[in-house]
Amino acid sequence: MAETALSKSESQAPVQTERAQQTPVFTPRVDIRETETALILVADMPGADESSVTIDLEGSELTIRGTFVPKAPDGYHLTYQEYASGDYERSFTLGDTIDRERIKAVVKNGILRLTLPKAKAAQPRRIAVQAG
Amino acid sequence: MLWTWPTSRHGSLWSELDRLQREMNRLFEPFSGGQGGSGNFPAVNIWTGADDALLTAELPGLNPDQLEITVKDNTVTIRGSRETEPLAEGESYLRQERGTGTFVRSFALPFQVDKTKVTAQYQKGILQLTLPRAEADKPKKISVKAG
Repeated sequence: MAETALSKSESQAPVQTERAQQTPVFTPRVDIRETETALILVADMPGADESSVTIDLEGSELTIRGTFVPKAPDGYHLTYQEYASGDYERSFTLGDTIDRERIKAVVKNGILRLTLPKAKAAQPRRIAVQAG
Repeated sequence: MLWTWPTSRHGSLWSELDRLQREMNRLFEPFSGGQGGSGNFPAVNIWTGADDALLTAELPGLNPDQLEITVKDNTVTIRGSRETEPLAEGESYLRQERGTGTFVRSFALPFQVDKTKVTAQYQKGILQLTLPRAEADKPKKISVKAG
């Protein structure tokens, strides 16, 4: 059940559609953890902050984006490069068990943390047994 | 200009190649738990200016206290670790793509660094070191006199 609750649909946008800007688009790496009451999604998005991250929910598709213009320091030039800066984009399909109204997102230290609470109906329950 | 490197003229091409290379490395050398060595994690860029260099590293979600930065002569070393978030009772990972473990990276700069003036900043998951060139190492300008 949990697997389908957040089945992966990788962002194909850079391949299928042309973008106006030439900046690269990265698929952030994520961890997804399941607790009793929620799914916690943690995504690495170095360079992004709360003003550059957007989260859109369209139907059951949740898209996380980080868009920012990488800025070269003034008076310096790049002499050695191992990473490029650019946008982040990734989409996930939410299962019906997620309560869409209570999704929460926090960005700190280049990490996006999404809390996707499970709908009450999907949470485990224990039914009290009464003596008859 | 301390280094001559074709990046300034062919920036986009080189960065594209580097990005591809990084993607390949990512496929073949996943950075994963507890082995000491870390391949090329974190990814680092070095910017050079007139009298100093900036080293930036992508280190999202790190506690800056867990970073150890040392400078000796012309070499700067970054050490640290990124831990897995501990799972509470009844929790499980559905997907785990983010790397964890310890890392060490050293870089030799083309000049001696003034270690008393090195500064480090950690913002939005990016570490930035400012590495000033040592006064004694700076080139001396010689004026030419017309004879």
